[in-house]
Amino acid sequence: MDLQEAKEKIVEDFSMFDEWLDKYEYLIGLGKELEEYPEEARTEDRLIKGCQSRVWLDSEKRDGRLYFKADSDAIITKGIISLLVSVYSGRTPDEIAGDDFSFLDEIGLKENLSPTRAGGLTSMIETLKRTAEEAK
Amino acid sequence: MDKDEIRKMFPALSEKVYGKDLVYLDNAATSQRALSVVDKWVQMSTQTNANIHRAVHALSVKATEEYEAARDAVKEFIGAADRSEIVFTSGTTASINLVAFSFGERFVGEGDEIIVTEEEHHSNIVPWQMLCSRKKAELRVVKVADDGYLDLEHLKSLLSPKTRIVAVAHISNVLGIINPVKEIVDICHAKGVPVLVDGAQGIVHCGVNVQDLDCDFYAFSGHKIYAATGTGVLYGKKKWLDEMPPYMGGGEMIETVTFEGTTYARSPQKFEAGTQNIAGAPTLIPAIETARILKENEDDSVLKYVLDALMKDERITLYGVPRGTNDKVPVFSFSVKGAHHEDLALILDKMGIAVRSGQMCAEPLMDRLGVTGLLRASFAPYNTLEEAQYFIKSLDRAINMLI
Repeated sequence: MDLQEAKEKIVEDFSMFDEWLDKYEYLIGLGKELEEYPEEARTEDRLIKGCQSRVWLDSEKRDGRLYFKADSDAIITKGIISLLVSVYSGRTPDEIAGDDFSFLDEIGLKENLSPTRAGGLTSMIETLKRTAEEAK
Repeated sequence: MDKDEIRKMFPALSEKVYGKDLVYLDNAATSQRALSVVDKWVQMSTQTNANIHRAVHALSVKATEEYEAARDAVKEFIGAADRSEIVFTSGTTASINLVAFSFGERFVGEGDEIIVTEEEHHSNIVPWQMLCSRKKAELRVVKVADDGYLDLEHLKSLLSPKTRIVAVAHISNVLGIINPVKEIVDICHAKGVPVLVDGAQGIVHCGVNVQDLDCDFYAFSGHKIYAATGTGVLYGKKKWLDEMPPYMGGGEMIETVTFEGTTYARSPQKFEAGTQNIAGAPTLIPAIETARILKENEDDSVLKYVLDALMKDERITLYGVPRGTNDKVPVFSFSVKGAHHEDLALILDKMGIAVRSGQMCAEPLMDRLGVTGLLRASFAPYNTLEEAQYFIKSLDRAINMLI
């Protein structure tokens, strides 16, 4: 699945739910699916700043592509970072750095998070982009 | 008056969120405004707007009368001995800062001690820390037991000839346990130490009589008893207020001003520099009346139901468990095993329920309890048993979604 297809799949998944509670349930499911985060990567420098709950993001470059692992102590936040990891892990730094992340607006994620949480989402996106820029 | 009639007094209670009826359970943060309060504010702003205590014109006289009538209403409400003991501030925080500064200037010196407790709101910690660093004094902290009760024996052991003041919450905004303030005052007075009571929560739930409590200061906010935001009260015994220097300098707080020196007005004007909250303060009159009506019609069915439901749920740990039947108010802070408080608050929000999650401005207490944050549901007398039942049912659903 290429990046565009991965984003379209998320938009399609979200369009199936009318109620935000169902969307949360979907995010919680994504959070639970997330691959286990390595204990040794639970470090201060991998914490994403600007999130109310703690969010860790670890990245690794292999064969010109970036692979992400993430974790959070709050499950909905974990679902959100899991969604980002599922879309962007395994892409090239150019793809990630050049993406506009606008599919997140399409699914209405930002508007449905409290301002503090939306700030956290912005921090997650910035961290992904910065990591991609540095890996170019 | 039945609950329906009472709820009609608060327009915000019939709001909808996400198409669902709003269930407002964040009353410990702020209560909803009564319509009579809004009406008073509109009247002050549209018909009675003039600066107070200054001009001779009719509008100014009327505005001054309204403002001072609010002082009388507060005096009656909390049973103060004299109207000069009622100082208007912008809220509990401002009231405590005023005492920490002015009392501190006059009575606290190097090596002196101030006592607070582990369960205080940041507003009753930080002003004292600032005083201590200014005066090179020391802050001592009374321990809280695991069930949320203050350790009075520890308080007794901390009191020393160097203790200048003890500052304690009437009710912690996290634990919802009514502290034995009268007993604390007796203990401290026996050692000649005055007591400030942070009444931000106490004013809502306890019939406060400051002469009966015999406390030296009592601080509270108007917005927690349905009045306009930006209204606050500092009650202080006359003997202290007379001795304390002003907190802020400016208009209205002076007697005479020359460049050689200025003499100050007496309390309360001494502590009310600058243009006051002219439209806000008079809303305390209908707010106090509203608080009386609500108190008269309050029953403990919500308290009992929620307490019972939370206590018997094995997934839930409640902080602030009452030892006696009359010790608890309907402020419930708890954690859920395996579920983050933020996730719970977010899901409950989508169900139309407004609750608080996090540290509730009481970081030292969170550390003491060994948690990073809690979920808090705080009820007001206008909340119904049906709302409480919906909350418990929704909480169960939210927990099941998360674990």
